[in-house]
Order: sequence, then C-alpha cells, then structure tokens
Amino acid sequence: MAMDLKEIERLIKETFRDATVEIEDLAGDGNHYSATVISSQFQGKSKIEQHKMVYKSLKGKMGNELHALALKTREKNGSTS
Amino acid sequence: MDQQVKDLITNEINDNEICLFMKGTPEAPQCGFSMAVANILKVLEVKFKGVNVLESQNLREGIKEYSEWPTIPQLYVKKEFVGGCDIVKEMFENGELKNLLDQKSISYKK
Repeated sequence: MAMDLKEIERLIKETFRDATVEIEDLAGDGNHYSATVISSQFQGKSKIEQHKMVYKSLKGKMGNELHALALKTREKNGSTS
Repeated sequence: MDQQVKDLITNEINDNEICLFMKGTPEAPQCGFSMAVANILKVLEVKFKGVNVLESQNLREGIKEYSEWPTIPQLYVKKEFVGGCDIVKEMFENGELKNLLDQKSISYKK
C-alpha cells in the first residue's frame, strides 16, 4: 500500500496539462502525501468539484493504494477559492 | 450499494443537521483525519452526530459511493455535502465554515 510520488504527479498532470503540481512526501513512507494543484481547469468549480477532479485523475487509487493525500487546489490566474 | 445502506445514510443525513461520517466516534476517533474534523466541530461547539463507518464494511464503502468521495471523514451540514478533512480544515481556517453555518442558521461559538 504505497505509491510513488512521481506516479502521483504523472497521473495528475495527465488530466491537468497546464497544472503546477507540488507534492510532498510528508512522512517519508510513500503513504502520506500532500499535494497542491494549481490549474486553470478549476475555474468556476466549487472546492468539492475541484477535489473530485483531482481524485478522478488518480483513477481510483485515492483511498486504496494511496492512503493519505492532503489536497489543496487553486485556480490558475485567479484568486484562491 | 444496497438499498438498506443507502436508506441508512439518507436517514442519518436527514435526521442530523450536522452529520459526520468518520472512523471511530467523536469521543474516540480512530484516525487522525476524522479526529481533526471532529475537533473543529467541538471547537465551534456545534451539536453533531458522528457516524462510525468502522461499524459496518457496507457503510464504509457505501458512503464513498453515496457522496462520490473516496475518503473518510465526510461532513454533511443540513443535507449538503461539505467535504472531507482538507476542505473542512481550510474552510475553518479562512472563515468559510462559519459563513456556511450562518447561512444555514446553525448556532456555534463565535
């Protein structure tokens, strides 16, 4: 039950091509990450929708192989929402 | 998801203005993320129902499908899905959570 940081980044960027993605391995165990995703695709979406979009990009790994991903999403060129 | 689980979830959400699906109970959370959200609600001194998803595997999987959300905890306020730990924490820190409670006419500790 672990997942490589690069793999998380790759999956997110596959969906959010313009995104700035910052991922941190919080515990150094390949299981607890934080991610900040900044993308123009979030414009006009609620926070829940934004997070759902990221979870979707991870193709079902969230909650399975990936135990913990503290998530922050921001609109690119926009204010925080 | 079977109808029984779906009904159970719907009833909890309908019967409790603030309903937190969590691992463990508000008194004894079994996961740090669930604890974080329970603690926020405690700080705000709002009355909430903690539903322990560890009591039933069907419920644990069912709530994910119900909310289309892959993780637990999950917070509902007046039947509206608010989010999981990250969103609730962020909303608490930037004041949006209090705004939401105001909008929904739920009293909390100012």
